[in-house]
Amino acid sequence: MTEPTRADFFAKNTLGITTTLTDIQDTISFLDDWEERYSYIIDLGRQLPGLPEADKVEENYIHGCQSQVWIVHQLDPETGRLFLLVDSDAMIVKGLAAIVLVAYNGKTPREILDLDIEAVFEELDLIRHLSPTRGNGLRSMVRRIRSLAEQYC
Amino acid sequence: MTAAVQPQRVFDPYEVRQEFPALNQEVNGKPLVYLDNAATSQKPEAVLQAMMHYYRFDNANVHRAAHTLSDRATRSFEQARLKVRSWLNAASPNEIIWTRGTTEAINLVAQSYGRSHLKAGDEIIISGMEHHSNIVPWQLVAQQTGALIKVIPVRENGTLDMDAYRQLLSERTKLVAVVHASNALGTINPVKEIIRLARQAGAVTLIDGAQASAHLRVDVQDLDCDFYALSGHKMFGPTGIGVLYGRESLLSIMPPWQAGGEMIDRVSFDTTTFNDLPFKFEAGTPAISQAIGFGAALDYLSQFNWEDIMAHEHKLLDRARELSQEIPGIRVMGDSENKVALLSFVVEGIHPSDFGTLLDHQGIAVRTGHHCCMPLMDQLAIPGTTRASFAFYNTLEDVEALFRAIQKIQKMFV
Ligand SMILES: Cc1ncc(COP(=O)(O)O)c(C=O)c1O
Repeated sequence: MTEPTRADFFAKNTLGITTTLTDIQDTISFLDDWEERYSYIIDLGRQLPGLPEADKVEENYIHGCQSQVWIVHQLDPETGRLFLLVDSDAMIVKGLAAIVLVAYNGKTPREILDLDIEAVFEELDLIRHLSPTRGNGLRSMVRRIRSLAEQYC
Repeated sequence: MTAAVQPQRVFDPYEVRQEFPALNQEVNGKPLVYLDNAATSQKPEAVLQAMMHYYRFDNANVHRAAHTLSDRATRSFEQARLKVRSWLNAASPNEIIWTRGTTEAINLVAQSYGRSHLKAGDEIIISGMEHHSNIVPWQLVAQQTGALIKVIPVRENGTLDMDAYRQLLSERTKLVAVVHASNALGTINPVKEIIRLARQAGAVTLIDGAQASAHLRVDVQDLDCDFYALSGHKMFGPTGIGVLYGRESLLSIMPPWQAGGEMIDRVSFDTTTFNDLPFKFEAGTPAISQAIGFGAALDYLSQFNWEDIMAHEHKLLDRARELSQEIPGIRVMGDSENKVALLSFVVEGIHPSDFGTLLDHQGIAVRTGHHCCMPLMDQLAIPGTTRASFAFYNTLEDVEALFRAIQKIQKMFV
């Protein structure tokens, strides 16, 4: 058996492709207790395909999160769209990262830079429930994605 | 000298917890279960009142002004020092140096004693379960002097390898700095034996008492250590105050570390002479209200028979260990027989940070992560743990609430 490549992981991901931000918003708005919400966030994390071990390196590492988080990207030369993968060793972080990923995945660098992510968080009522350190971790991911997009603008 | 207060109050954790205002609140809609005492403890009303009283009535700088308020402030401040002296059974109040906490106390010894007494090739022994505060100050002084750091290994069960320690000791050993009770595992180390062996080898000893001092009665003369460091905020007192106990014969030959203010005897531009102990090590305006608050914490603790408190904490730990056996996939870190009331664990498939978040949602405060013991976590090959650390005001119901919550979290992950 050969090791799956990064391309295989990208191919496996459906978040931000078939699952959209609206899907997530709709689901979260139905869930009213913390347990269901967190179970859903954990579930979203599980839907992420993960990352090849070879990609879990300093270059892709996001500092400022309480647990380990990595982001890799790939630009589709034909459409000019940016595709992302994230992974974390902690499930809730991974689930929150999945939401960030859904917001950005498959967008053009321009669209990424134009997206008002704080408004998305607000609508999902997300940041309010997070500890300041956790909120900072999410913002570190956002900063990384934006700086990746800037490279292509 | 203050007469030792005789314990006179029957210890009842349910009654005691009423006297800690912060414990009596709801968090995320659930009654708070505070199990992060190893990070910092809550404060009894008596401590808050003592600090408030100082600011309302006695606020003045100490040892200086010729007025009544300053007299009162100085008296309360120095009384607090006497309370620490008798709590630790130090031989003299000159041996009680106020610091900001354990970290500053260790840095003081490293920079004052270490820097003036260590030379290239000398060895400093620490252990593999030290807090960064008892590692990095020695690394700095080792860089400055050329001294070397040797590490006592930690065994699988979370205890120190005493045979390896004996092997490490030699005439090159100049200093042994070891934690009394580990904040990451709870292990209580055999410090009396560690100190005895170090002294035989002619080495000076420092004990990091940040955790132990909240759970054990410490007698520095009985231990026979040269230095003992502790933090007021972990002993139900305020933050910003801690203590370095130091043997007077050593403190008196140590050079000052920080300079200015109260620690000066006479200054001219040619020479400066320094004040006597303990003031020689207390530069600048000290943390007056915090020292007074810490004194009040010791008064509070002195009401109780310590055996009662230890027996209660033992029950909490026993119950926690018992309930942990019902959790599939749990691994409790450190199963020494001799432990303070603290349970550090990992559960298969659930990251400590997830535990932290999901426990918090159930009103349960714990700490997750490496607990400032990265070398120990590396040895255990884990990124961190979830740590529930108990104080005497915790109850069996708190322990049970923790394990109910853990089970609930496990269900969320299946
Ligand atoms: C074993 C140990 N040593 C040192 C420290 C540092 O104490 P402080 O931050 O009060 O200086 C701590 C606190 O977490 C500790 O647990």
